[in-house]
Amino acid sequence: MATSKLTEERPTGRPEEIKAVPVRHPGRWLAAAIVLVVAASIVRAIVTNTGPNKGFEWVWVGHYLFDSRILHGVVATIYITFLAMLIGIILGVVAAIMRLSPNPIVSGASWLYIWFFRGTPLLVQILFWYNLQALFPTISLGIPFGPAFVHTHANSIITTLVAGLLALGLNEGAYMSEIVRAGIISVDEGQTQAAQSLGMSRLQIMRLIVLPQAMRVIIPPTGNETISMLKNTSLLSVISFGELLFAAQTIYDVNYKIIALLIVASIWYLAMTSVLYVGQYFIERRYGRGFSRAERATMRERWLALGGGRR
Amino acid sequence: MTDSMVRAEAVHKRFGRLEVLKGINLEVKPGQVMCMLGPSGSGKSTFLRCINHLEKINAGRLYVDGELVGYRQSGDKLYELREDEVAKKRSEIGMVFQQFNLFPHMTALENVALAPIRVKGMSRSDARSRGEQLLQRVGLGDKLGTYPMALSGGQQQRVAIARALAMEPKLMLFDEPTSALDPELVGDVLDAMRQLARDGMTMIVVTHEMGFAREVADEVVFMDEGVVVESGPPAEVLGAPRHERTQAFLSKVL
Repeated sequence: MATSKLTEERPTGRPEEIKAVPVRHPGRWLAAAIVLVVAASIVRAIVTNTGPNKGFEWVWVGHYLFDSRILHGVVATIYITFLAMLIGIILGVVAAIMRLSPNPIVSGASWLYIWFFRGTPLLVQILFWYNLQALFPTISLGIPFGPAFVHTHANSIITTLVAGLLALGLNEGAYMSEIVRAGIISVDEGQTQAAQSLGMSRLQIMRLIVLPQAMRVIIPPTGNETISMLKNTSLLSVISFGELLFAAQTIYDVNYKIIALLIVASIWYLAMTSVLYVGQYFIERRYGRGFSRAERATMRERWLALGGGRR
Repeated sequence: MTDSMVRAEAVHKRFGRLEVLKGINLEVKPGQVMCMLGPSGSGKSTFLRCINHLEKINAGRLYVDGELVGYRQSGDKLYELREDEVAKKRSEIGMVFQQFNLFPHMTALENVALAPIRVKGMSRSDARSRGEQLLQRVGLGDKLGTYPMALSGGQQQRVAIARALAMEPKLMLFDEPTSALDPELVGDVLDAMRQLARDGMTMIVVTHEMGFAREVADEVVFMDEGVVVESGPPAEVLGAPRHERTQAFLSKVL
């Protein structure tokens, strides 16, 4: 019989490595060719269009790339991104914990906060905070409905920096609270029960058991939020806060090198977001460790796959 | 006055419309080991969780060490205990779960030492050395710095037992402690529990391990559909069950 014959003829030890002709993928070659042609034509359009007053002006890009006003804008963008994210994360954690509270007033307040700040455009919120003194000319600090200790004019406190931070931070807090809430919910109920059975208080359980585990779920989207935040700081140019885009605008308002300065700003935004992307990649890898996530194919493996799956 | 560690009088528990416990009466004396058997959905685990107030009972009375669980009685009125009072009572009752529920972001030793430090206010060094002792006692003296993910199920469950013991409980509750384990890992966990029973710990064990129940239990309770069908010494309940539901269940499990 065939099977018994096969068994008899099987050589001892490890069988020979399989050498088969790989499947060809003409479709992949075609797609790659189309992409390359399109890309080449875009590059050509950008590079050749450099004559004076004909559009892209690379000389001016080089001239303003390291202009001190632009560099100041870059620094301002970085620190307002950092501060607004800090406010957003703190507010987000507080709002998320409030949202999960058994007290309906407390969780309702959190719901209302999230509903309002996610439901209105960020640009409107920025303008709102900037123009706050129109609604409340003076701001007092004191006992609610009671005596006030400090009185001051709103426009002396609400500078463009404060208005910008309030707008970006409060808006971010609403989004962060949803991220934090998802993280908290993702922690298994059994963890809380085990901690409860040991006699730990609700606050201890949240701080020592739940939040540290929720971090794995919270951190990757927080990286995305930081990248969005970095770009959204450019909206503060409408209230004349001196961040990167505003710095570029101040220059082109005088010399009309609009495209060149927008390219300068874009180069800096790309540089900053690229740094964040790299950081996010490492943070995600660290927090996703040991949890099922298919390893992504490396670039080298994808090149090999294009060529027909040869290894 | 407190001649019983746990006393249940007509304990009822509902989840919405579903009545899970329909009048449980039983008593566990200090130093006794009680094993609870019964098909899934019979209310064993729910009853166990009521004992440390992870679930609130709807009717009846439940006492641990002579004190009401979750309430204070004054005259004929019941007052709910504050959260910190409930936590204090829970800290005196150890619980071991089917899914271990170790804290995955802490090493074995940190798992064991956490509650003594945070709840009892024990010093770090005392909690550490006590944790080391306890882990040694369950045969894991060489796994102090290992994270739960790197431990087998049986090892995780023994860490969980050590974690509960670290609070020096007067009562230990085991909720199907070996049901999630591979068969060859069950023995080590049962050995640790056997040792604990020998040391005089009062234990209530929800289990399907008939051998363990027969050997270790002072009393076996058979539950079905929210009531205690039969209870008594293991030789009687397991050896010569009187009730036909007990007979039917045992014939399937044994």
